Amino acid sequence: MTDSLLNVKGRIFDIQRFSTHDGPGIRTIVFLKGCALRCRWCCNPESQSFDIETMMQNGKPKIMGKDVTVGEVMDEVLQDRPYYRRSGGGLTLSGGESLLQPEFAVTLLKAAKENGINTAIETTGFANIDTIRQFLPYIDTVLMDIKHINSEKHKEFTSQPNERILENARIIASEANKLIIRVPVIPTFNDTVAEIADIAAFAAGLPRVDEIHLLPYHSMGRDKYTGLGRDYLMGDLKSPTNELVAVLIQTAEKYGLKAHIGG
Amino acid sequence: MSEIFTKDIQKTDRIPFLVDHLYAKMPEIEADRAVLITESYKATEGQPIILRRARAFAHILENLPITIRPRELVVGSNSIAPRGCQVFPEYSYEWLQAEFDTVATRSADPFYISEETKAKLNEVYPYWKGKTTSELATSYMSEEALTAIEHNMFTVGNYFYNGIGHLTVDYGKVLAIGYKGIIAEAKAALEKLELSDADYASRSSFLNAVIISCEAVINYADRYATLAKQEAANEADALRREELLKIAQNCANVPRYGAKSFYEACQSFWFIQMLLQVESSGHSISPGRFDQYMYPYFKKDLDEGKITREFAQELVDCIWVKFNDLNKVRDAASAEGFAGYSLFQNLIAGGQDIHGKDATNDVSYMCMNATIHVNLPMPSFSVRIWNGTPHEFIIRAAEVTRTGVGLPAYYNDEVIIPQLLSRGLTLQDARDYNIIGCVEPQTPHKTDGWHDAAFFNMCRPLEMVFSNGVDKGVQIGPKTGEVSSFDTFDKFYDAYKAQMNYFIKLLVNADNSIDMAHATLCPLPFQSCMVDDCIGRGKSLQEGGAIYNFTGPQGFGIANMADGLMAVKTLVYDKKLVSITELKEALDNNYGKDLDAQTAEKLTCQIAAKLQGEGKTLTADDVKAIYVTVSHNPLDENKKKRFDDILNMINELPKFGNDIPEIDAFARDVAYTYTRPLESFKNPRGGMYQAGLYPVSANVPLGAQTGATPDGRLAYTPVADGVSPAAGRDIKGPTAAANSVSRLDHFIASNGTLFNMKFHPSALAGQSGLESFAALVQGYFDQKGSHMQFNVVSRETLRDAQKNPEKYKSLVVRVAGYSALFTTLSRSLQEDIINRTEQGGF
Repeated sequence: MTDSLLNVKGRIFDIQRFSTHDGPGIRTIVFLKGCALRCRWCCNPESQSFDIETMMQNGKPKIMGKDVTVGEVMDEVLQDRPYYRRSGGGLTLSGGESLLQPEFAVTLLKAAKENGINTAIETTGFANIDTIRQFLPYIDTVLMDIKHINSEKHKEFTSQPNERILENARIIASEANKLIIRVPVIPTFNDTVAEIADIAAFAAGLPRVDEIHLLPYHSMGRDKYTGLGRDYLMGDLKSPTNELVAVLIQTAEKYGLKAHIGG
Repeated sequence: MSEIFTKDIQKTDRIPFLVDHLYAKMPEIEADRAVLITESYKATEGQPIILRRARAFAHILENLPITIRPRELVVGSNSIAPRGCQVFPEYSYEWLQAEFDTVATRSADPFYISEETKAKLNEVYPYWKGKTTSELATSYMSEEALTAIEHNMFTVGNYFYNGIGHLTVDYGKVLAIGYKGIIAEAKAALEKLELSDADYASRSSFLNAVIISCEAVINYADRYATLAKQEAANEADALRREELLKIAQNCANVPRYGAKSFYEACQSFWFIQMLLQVESSGHSISPGRFDQYMYPYFKKDLDEGKITREFAQELVDCIWVKFNDLNKVRDAASAEGFAGYSLFQNLIAGGQDIHGKDATNDVSYMCMNATIHVNLPMPSFSVRIWNGTPHEFIIRAAEVTRTGVGLPAYYNDEVIIPQLLSRGLTLQDARDYNIIGCVEPQTPHKTDGWHDAAFFNMCRPLEMVFSNGVDKGVQIGPKTGEVSSFDTFDKFYDAYKAQMNYFIKLLVNADNSIDMAHATLCPLPFQSCMVDDCIGRGKSLQEGGAIYNFTGPQGFGIANMADGLMAVKTLVYDKKLVSITELKEALDNNYGKDLDAQTAEKLTCQIAAKLQGEGKTLTADDVKAIYVTVSHNPLDENKKKRFDDILNMINELPKFGNDIPEIDAFARDVAYTYTRPLESFKNPRGGMYQAGLYPVSANVPLGAQTGATPDGRLAYTPVADGVSPAAGRDIKGPTAAANSVSRLDHFIASNGTLFNMKFHPSALAGQSGLESFAALVQGYFDQKGSHMQFNVVSRETLRDAQKNPEKYKSLVVRVAGYSALFTTLSRSLQEDIINRTEQGGF
């Protein structure tokens, strides 16, 4: 890779090594900053704004967000190469939404592929399809959320309607190496059998898609909202019970999908 | 794919019954062996020592009370009380006598001792005055070495107070030919001797001692055969009667003859294992490659339809329980260093055969099952991993790890085989290695490795640099110059190396003195007859009878010294933010921090005991005054502030364990200050010194004797464990820590390195958790790390992590769909995870 590509800059807020739940094997997740959705349950509220922010963490101010080059990120990503080789793991781009920083994100993915590393992306799928098409050749696994089939409810809880997302899902399904559908299971939003059935039916109808992951709601992000001086809209909402999640898994399986809890 | 021993085989109800019986009471000290050896020694005065040892062993085995515990299938106990122990006055006894009244109530490894036992021991002890290995060793040691030991520079207590142990004998040979076969070998060697040979006297004495010892063992097994027959006659339950008759038959056949069945092989194995621990008190008697020498017996029985997999598993489970029946009482200080009643009987499965092919077999998997079924600390179960290890083998090992038992430890053939080659082993011998005790590699039944020869605290010589060799007012180290006179880091570092070299030499002096004492007073004919080439050379292991001889003292505190020396270099010499005299003052004052209550109490007790020992009488007020002095640091605010600043500057520096190549390279160099000088020394058995880098659990008690260090470690707190990063300083996750540790030179530390990692069981959840775990181990091994073990932490540890988050910064837990560092989670989420563990679900 040429120096000019290695010097492409982007904005991230974290790099997490030894992640084992977002794509195959042992992975390093690069969290890009900035997202077009404002999901109420988002457990990484510091990911949403593209601006660099200060968040209070354990009583200390912490700067969230820094500008880095592809070369700098890859130096850290490559440190775990022995573990990727043994586990089939690699790089996962998460966020935030990496589709919003296409030049940086695509260059990172290319760099990973040049080094023989598996790549994955966690995405809302909310972007111009031409932008998405720049990514697809360099991604082994796309992990894409389908949060709700009803566009109005989708908009109410995420700030955006879902038409473009559903349309993109159809295209990604036919053009990506592999697409896995992910569903955050959020009580009060989409945790009924009927709602999950709708999503599963949609997923099962996508070409070449056979896997769905249900990610039960958790309140991990609560303290971060406080740290950012924001209100946590989910209140004291409890995680869905194990029994309910089991029922929802069965629901998804009825559509012929392999369904897992978590990644 | 070959058929493997599936994990579906459940334990029988016999196993929990045996375990419950074993753990019903506090272990007890018994006097029989001490009384018997004293009787024998009194009767054999003036005879060659090797024959006196053999006759004493025979006298003990003829008279030591024997017992068959309820429902046992494999028999042989060296004490009547479950988990009881005998004592070994020929090595040392004063410490036990001094601890008679505290040994039952001490915090580390307490033992019950009856008044009757105390009386019996008091009766025999006077005989041993002036006759023990510890007394002879002391007389051999230089004044300088004795002073260094007194000042806690290193400790050689293990072999000073006890036998050596730390070996793997030729189990396979005894299983094949029995002790009758060994006697025949010794007789053949005797016949070859010419009466005119220069060494006829010593050789013939040794060979006769071997014959006496082996006959003693055969007679001992016969006593068990008789007992089993008697018990069968009185047994009402028909099923148990059959079992007892079978036991009687086994004990009549083995270990007298070669084993004819898997069951006989199990019984024969156990007699070898337990009787080695009657002859001498040395621990780490390691069964080694059990799966290799047991497999032929299993395979033959299975092929001939004489055994079911279920029964074979039950027998192996029974042996696993028996490992925990053996015990040893250590002095209070050593008990802290080896905490957990451990005898370090290391048993290893998997790895390559002598031709370099994978040797995993059904028995390897039976060992894994047994470790899960029995769920006790012994045996110290290990696995060998290499590039040809079957995937299901490492995954099954990961499942064992996930149970939280802390086993197995993982060893890397790809490092250890070349490591041993570099120490002069043949390729076949190197490929056949197993692990002794904690982490020490050796080739079985050819090595006297002296693997656990000392604990060397690498932090103490640095204290001597700051004090110009003075400790508590005494000049114990070389005068390397006033620390203020070092105007470059190189001069400072050279002073450290000079202090290291000096104390390493004293360590060698102390170890060689102890080595000589064992050769002179405690040669061991029974263990020697199962190690090559003692019979051929006509001398015991202790006199140099083994083919390979080593002495392996272990150093620890690398992470503290790497971080500490880096702090000195950066803050004092490169950036000049702190002067060296300021740093010295900060260290002398523990960075202005008060000691915690527990440490202050301990120190108070030590000081009070010392004063009382010097004949001073102390009132309660005196003790209080000592406590106030040690616990409170009366510094003015400005100083306190400055010390705080210094400590903060140190804490901000990058640390070993975070995958920073420059820091890790420095740590590698710091480790050489210990590992390289050692290579140049020889032991009296004609072998070389080789360093280990692991502390057992001594990093805690020996840390308690170490002042504040320039890495920001506070006074009297634990020193870093093995080659692991200092506790809580590795904050970039397990792969980063493993990368850092892999950058140390694991090849030169051929006495073993120890890398300990903490996990919560949730991080290994599901098949993908196991796969990732296996990849972590293999990724570390690909980078030439030699050993890795996992502390899969319990709920109690999580509670402790809440109280002391600074100690657990690197603890990984699985949260919801992902893993996270436990201490970074909110209190409520931590509670949630703890509650989840409580339910045992993941």
